[in-house]
Amino acid sequence: MQPIRGTCHKFGHDIDTDAIIPARYLNTSDPLELARHCMEDADPEFPGRVKAGDIIVAGKNFGCGSSREHAPLAIKAAGVAAVIAASFARIFYRNAINIGLPIFEAPEAAAGIEGGDEVLIEPDKGLITNLTKNETYRMVPLPPFMQELMDAGGLMAYVARKVKDRV
Amino acid sequence: MGMTVTEKILAAHAGMEAVEPGQLINARIDLALGNDITAPLAIKEFRQLGVKKVFDPARVVLVPDHFTPNKDIKSAEQAKILREFAREQGLEYYYEVGRMGIEHCLLPEEGLVMPGELVIGADSHTCTYGALGAFATGVGSTDLAAAMATGECWFKVPETILLRYYGKLRPWVGGKDLILYTIGDIGVDGARYMAMEFTGEAIAALSLDGRFTMANMAIEAGAKNGIFPVDEKTEEYLRGRARRPYRVYRSDPDARYAEVREYDVSRIEPQVAFPHLPENTRPISEVGEIPIDQVVIGSCTNGRMEDLRVAASILNGRRVHPEVRLIIIPGTQKIYAQALEEGLIRIFIEAGAAVSTPTCGPCLGGHMGILAKGERAVATTNRNFVGRMGHPESEVYLAGPAVAAASAVKGRIAAPEEVR
Ligand code: SF4
Repeated sequence: MQPIRGTCHKFGHDIDTDAIIPARYLNTSDPLELARHCMEDADPEFPGRVKAGDIIVAGKNFGCGSSREHAPLAIKAAGVAAVIAASFARIFYRNAINIGLPIFEAPEAAAGIEGGDEVLIEPDKGLITNLTKNETYRMVPLPPFMQELMDAGGLMAYVARKVKDRV
Repeated sequence: MGMTVTEKILAAHAGMEAVEPGQLINARIDLALGNDITAPLAIKEFRQLGVKKVFDPARVVLVPDHFTPNKDIKSAEQAKILREFAREQGLEYYYEVGRMGIEHCLLPEEGLVMPGELVIGADSHTCTYGALGAFATGVGSTDLAAAMATGECWFKVPETILLRYYGKLRPWVGGKDLILYTIGDIGVDGARYMAMEFTGEAIAALSLDGRFTMANMAIEAGAKNGIFPVDEKTEEYLRGRARRPYRVYRSDPDARYAEVREYDVSRIEPQVAFPHLPENTRPISEVGEIPIDQVVIGSCTNGRMEDLRVAASILNGRRVHPEVRLIIIPGTQKIYAQALEEGLIRIFIEAGAAVSTPTCGPCLGGHMGILAKGERAVATTNRNFVGRMGHPESEVYLAGPAVAAASAVKGRIAAPEEVR
């Protein structure tokens, strides 16, 4: 995977899927419309402030709650390049991998990074560098199977290959 | 080394002798579920695959329950995508408005989930079916799309936490109180990525309705699935209902657990979870004076027959507090009809409650009871996140049907004993 460099927006623990994309907007699945309300209930100004290539940093259990894939989709469509968290809730974790939103479980980084910091994520080295504070943090590498999914471009691309092999 | 029931079911569906926690497997699924929020995305992705037919039209179930009866034009369009896909694919189990129910009340009632099965649903509360001894877990829309095409899904085998409940339940304490108490104890990520296995004499004493309530909220502790042993009561529930033959799996005596916890239920009072996390629980005796504007009794957590009976036993002959709106939503059409027959609906209406056709409605802040800024609700639902039932500055307190009904009468969060 390519390194990712961007400016961070910081959130707390247990950011749930209702905060990421409130259910009142779920009568659509259009990613751009979802992006307009991304993180709105956690920080009403976020949709206006986020720029393409920015990074979300959060505490433990990011994405807890609903199975709605609209959550990672909204984040991706808002232009967010990656999410770093101390830990992720499991359905959010699998959804993000399935749709190809890069996520990194990195408790040290989640604790050390502050809003506005510029960071460099190097997935292959398992390292996150905080360029603003001049600190580096280790992260938990993705299991090989999930790297394979990511490299294939998400679950559907992976399945498409399998389905084709079958016929 | 022995295996847990969760490991056995996963191994069987992956065609393996044994699996262990952490292992990544590809497993055959027995049933895949989608709703009017998650299925439209899945259908779009399914179509992009270029696959013509779902793997088995009797094993893909679609239920429009979240924003139905359609709350606005956009949700009507979403529901239409489901309906058309169901017709085109000849799905055997598509449930239209008027015949449907909240998915996690409906599927077990319809006999669509068996012990020992592996069920996925693009809805986080799919874990409800663990009450029947199935491995059931929530996934995303992309997973559903892939599963509809292939009949398979990838999993990481979870570790298991064993939760043992002993002692005798106090009056007015039910499955909801046990699970809220447990989440209060281990936290909203206390079982993250894990299986929660519920056992013990107090669990054996619970009805299936109480077990569904508990399994339903396993996800609220971050769990992948919650699972119950299959016993006489389970078999009784399945009699005349089960649509497929099934096989029962049990944990080995030497199965490996990440953790074992025990609870003496005779010490557990009715519980209330304060905003904005299900782990913020307090016993009813420590709640204090909290005036409320609305009470919702329903949802896939507590919208079943037993819940309505408990609520009716408190509301019978009483009136809802003048400053409170009480909304009662039976989980399925059958539950609705049964409640009518038992006279519960009349009790609710005479008490001054609004009774609605089955829908998720207010549970997710969809429609049918949205909260305004600063309003407070007691709900028998499963989540009290910021903005869950409406305005980001409204509040939801989670409780079982007894506390909810008593609160509706008192106009503040109240113990059932205060009105009975
Ligand atoms: S009742 Fe609530 S929790 Fe249950 S499926 Fe519907 S929205 Fe989800």
